[in-house]
Amino acid sequence: MSSVRILAGTRKGAFVLTSDGKRKDWKISGPHFTGWEIYHLKGSPADPNRIYASQSSGWFGQQIQRSDDGGETWNPVSAEFKYEGVPGTHQWYDGTPHPWEFKRVWHLEPSLTDPDTVFAGAEDAALFKSTDGGNNWTELAGLRTNATAPGWQPGAGGMCLHTVILDPTNPDRIVIAISAAGAFRSDDAGKSWKPINKGLNSKFLPNPTAEVGHCVHHIAMNSKTPKTLFMQKHWDVMRSDDAGDQWTKISGNLPTDFGFAIDVHAHEPETVYVVPIKSDSEHFPLDGKLQVFRSRTGGNEWEPLTKGLPQQDCYVNILRDAMAVDSLDDCGIYFGTTGGQVYCSPNGGDDWTTITEHLPPVLSVEVQTLA
Amino acid sequence: MSRIRVELPAPLLRHAKITSGHEVSLEIETPVTLRRVLDALEEAQPTLRGTIRDQATKERRAFIRFFACNEDLSHDSPDDPLPEAVIAGREPLIVLGAIAGG
Repeated sequence: MSSVRILAGTRKGAFVLTSDGKRKDWKISGPHFTGWEIYHLKGSPADPNRIYASQSSGWFGQQIQRSDDGGETWNPVSAEFKYEGVPGTHQWYDGTPHPWEFKRVWHLEPSLTDPDTVFAGAEDAALFKSTDGGNNWTELAGLRTNATAPGWQPGAGGMCLHTVILDPTNPDRIVIAISAAGAFRSDDAGKSWKPINKGLNSKFLPNPTAEVGHCVHHIAMNSKTPKTLFMQKHWDVMRSDDAGDQWTKISGNLPTDFGFAIDVHAHEPETVYVVPIKSDSEHFPLDGKLQVFRSRTGGNEWEPLTKGLPQQDCYVNILRDAMAVDSLDDCGIYFGTTGGQVYCSPNGGDDWTTITEHLPPVLSVEVQTLA
Repeated sequence: MSRIRVELPAPLLRHAKITSGHEVSLEIETPVTLRRVLDALEEAQPTLRGTIRDQATKERRAFIRFFACNEDLSHDSPDDPLPEAVIAGREPLIVLGAIAGG
């Protein structure tokens, strides 16, 4: 019988939540790496027992952990992330030049085909790659040395490379996103990159349609339609049908189009999920009601999903990497909150249950569907 | 050679899976300096690389301090000799995480 395994990264450790395909009864293990911030964990699609975790601390810096047994045991691998050459500068918040400084890994994206190959998205923005299970890391420096890079600026959370999307039909194509530089694409396996921000409009920029400078919060893709990308921007929900060459606003009837998380149904490429957040200065749901919004039309027409979610006095946030979907026949949707709750809908968003409600603030949620 | 005692903060003991107490013991060639002790510590415990000092620059991480014999050595040159009591093994070199909330 199929089962699912949730990998939850939190402010104070990692948790592994498992259930059978009914997704009703859950077993929780953890905390792993007690007291450390776990920005992200993700399992290899090629070998679900191989899981990578980004472990960091304001005191003790960055570590990378690897499990080869589905999260039962872990061992540290290399966390030596060195920028290639002289890193140079990007812009600081006030527009002055600021040296590129490694701070942490926000996102780990294992290869679709090789368990030993994994990408790491870092702050300050850079993309690293390991082909030996995390024992050595090499920067794909073509991104950070892109002609636009000296003009990139950090978002409020830092200048983080937080999204890495691998195209299942084209191993040379990688899409990444940086706050607050925007989205970028490589079509040569990471050697060279171009900004893909046409159609984005950001009022906080002197030129709202500038080539870079957009605060992209997250991008999601259904593997069946890899040219179609869905984006939650600082404000605005967007879609592209040409791998990011052009974006179109699909906020439609959303009550607010600010937010962080976005994901796509595993089997219905036009069914999209977001969690609207009130505003950029009020990081909680509108009116204290936690609502996931679903569009079955690829955007513009959205419906609130509330059954089983708190509809009063709820003032949590759902961070950019804290939503995921499984690939069971009845697609499960999952998200974690800064209040420490992890929610599951085993039926595509119609009904929600609380898996656990007292974890540390949840930074990321990934789901593995196991045979 | 001197046998040096290094006291580590609890999160690093857990991280390195050191269960034999709060200290590790290291053989260091003279002159015994902070740099040599940290080099030897990272050689003996590779998982501690980057946790006490930056992997690339070898600079002390901002929230880490070095104490010994009731003195703060954090801002001394890493190539200065450590206090005699540390070299003699009577006192540990203490690696401390700064006290901060959260």
